[in-house]
Amino acid sequence: MKSFEYTITDPVGIHARPAGLLVKEIKSLAGSAVTISKGEKKVNALKLMALMQMGIKQGETVKIEVEGGDEEAVAKKIEAFFKANL
Amino acid sequence: MITIQGKGVSTGVASGPLYFYQRAQGTLRRYEVADREAEWLRFKEAQAKAIEQLGVLAEKARAEAGDEAAMLFETHQMMCEDLDYEEAIEGFIKEQGLNAEAAVTDAGVIQAEAFAAMDDDYFKARSADVKDISGRIAGILMGVVQGGIDSDVPVILASDDLAPSETVQLDKSKILGFVTSGGSGSSHTAILARTMGIPAIIGVGEQLKSEYRGREVIVDGGTGTVVLDADEETRARLMKKRAEILKRQELLNQLKGQPNVSKDGQEIRVYCNIGNPEDVHAVLENDGGGIGLFRSEFLYLNCDDYPTEEYQFEAYKKVLSDMGGKEVVIRTLDIGADKMIEYFQLPHEENPALGNRALRICLNRPEIFRTQLRALYRASAYGRLSIMFPMVASVWEVREAKKMCEQVKKELTAEGIPFSDEVDVGIMIETPAAAVLSDRLAKEVDFFSIGTNDLTQYTLACDRQNNDLGRFFDAHHPAVLRLIKLVCDNAHKEGIWCGICGELGADLELTELFLSIGLDELSVSPRAVLPLRQKVRETQVRVVREKLLADLMSDQTHL
Repeated sequence: MKSFEYTITDPVGIHARPAGLLVKEIKSLAGSAVTISKGEKKVNALKLMALMQMGIKQGETVKIEVEGGDEEAVAKKIEAFFKANL
Repeated sequence: MITIQGKGVSTGVASGPLYFYQRAQGTLRRYEVADREAEWLRFKEAQAKAIEQLGVLAEKARAEAGDEAAMLFETHQMMCEDLDYEEAIEGFIKEQGLNAEAAVTDAGVIQAEAFAAMDDDYFKARSADVKDISGRIAGILMGVVQGGIDSDVPVILASDDLAPSETVQLDKSKILGFVTSGGSGSSHTAILARTMGIPAIIGVGEQLKSEYRGREVIVDGGTGTVVLDADEETRARLMKKRAEILKRQELLNQLKGQPNVSKDGQEIRVYCNIGNPEDVHAVLENDGGGIGLFRSEFLYLNCDDYPTEEYQFEAYKKVLSDMGGKEVVIRTLDIGADKMIEYFQLPHEENPALGNRALRICLNRPEIFRTQLRALYRASAYGRLSIMFPMVASVWEVREAKKMCEQVKKELTAEGIPFSDEVDVGIMIETPAAAVLSDRLAKEVDFFSIGTNDLTQYTLACDRQNNDLGRFFDAHHPAVLRLIKLVCDNAHKEGIWCGICGELGADLELTELFLSIGLDELSVSPRAVLPLRQKVRETQVRVVREKLLADLMSDQTHL
């Protein structure tokens, strides 16, 4: 398993647009299970609504975990995605 | 004439016939299906159809409003396929044998409620998106056709609230304004109206009656008023307002994004005065360069008891992050005088304007001040914050307030709470004492902002609230104008900036003088930003400076 942490800088947090883009991105990286957690709460990153319902706001830190597939490369791609979009 | 009051979420004035949005409705039936597998396939087909329709809408939105707008429908496409949503539907159909339209509707309600229960307005408003996609899939299952506007002339569109897919399907050339009984400021109707630059009034509730169909209405998105069958006077007043707004709009288009630079290249910052976090919208809309005065009193006025650190922190943070790195000057508590608050239990005073108010209260009751300063410094991590103390008369007051800031910073550091190291601390100059001592005070702080309303009242010994003083109350009194120059000169000697955050800042008759004096910033109400910018851009400071400054000091004027 590969994981990293990221602090959200988008003023609205993980809102519909980036959440949608993220789901799209992860779907394209078949073979890896990706989860996003904030504190105790953890969701499958493919679950768009559940992800939005975490209500992740600007300034909050989330943990992203990648399991299976080319973990290293996938984690890197997702990290780049967060930096560019969130 | 009937007047309906709602909440204006998009400014502008428009008049036209009231038209009720036609929503094609099928009645939702619920029953047990015999073949659960077939019912599941029926859902899958409708889901695919919905995704296809949303794809068409996305392309339409892309053509009309760009990629950003299209993304909304692409997100909706993904919501249609959301795993939890689909799993719930599958459960209802396969395990309970529920018909597909009822299953979709129920699963939609579950998700919509989850969003509605969130504490953030943005996420709350997303429950409409879920209802929208569920409605679409259920509609396809029931064979319902989408509704719209069936009118030859443009209308004021009335509805409960419009779903995003409904808003994009609307024929925009037919809409002059929106009135909705429900809705929120972050709803799609509100967003669409603001994008289109037409008025929208939401939350009018039961006042919106279907019998008003076809009646002539005037909507004012600034005040949130809807007027049916307006009388002559009201109509004339609102139409005049409409003309003014259109003129402003034109000004806006010309001046938005332009710098506040005089013809001969002197720049002045034009910031905004605001009273609560929602005003940020108006600041950005009018292209304000920052916030020069954020009155923090609203936080105290909105509560029945002292607002907590957390509550204040959230409000400050919101403004700072919404302003996206532009400077925000937040003034610490300024109550007393004309603003009284029950729970402060301030004793009655004969002369409240000269009494226990603003910074005086803060220094006398450090626990209140400390809470506010902690919230401010915590919020400083989210933008560019400056803190400003009101009602200063003596140097020691500033030193004591600054000491409290240092103490708060020390506490936060010890607790490991992040804050910005670059918070500027300034004061308002609104007492003659502070103006006279501005050479000394300039050594203590990072900036001055002149509060001309109080400075005028105290300098001229004229009560602001007393309307009978007439000619004795002269807003352009040379004593006040000379003090402004004195304060500005003293600020510049110490290398700090000096601005104005009172009414006078927006007074276009004085703009040339303010530029001549060399003020660095004027903070005005959002709607005054562009007229002021226009005035600045028309001025040749070099041409007027000498005469205006000589007049200010001469004994021939203002006798």
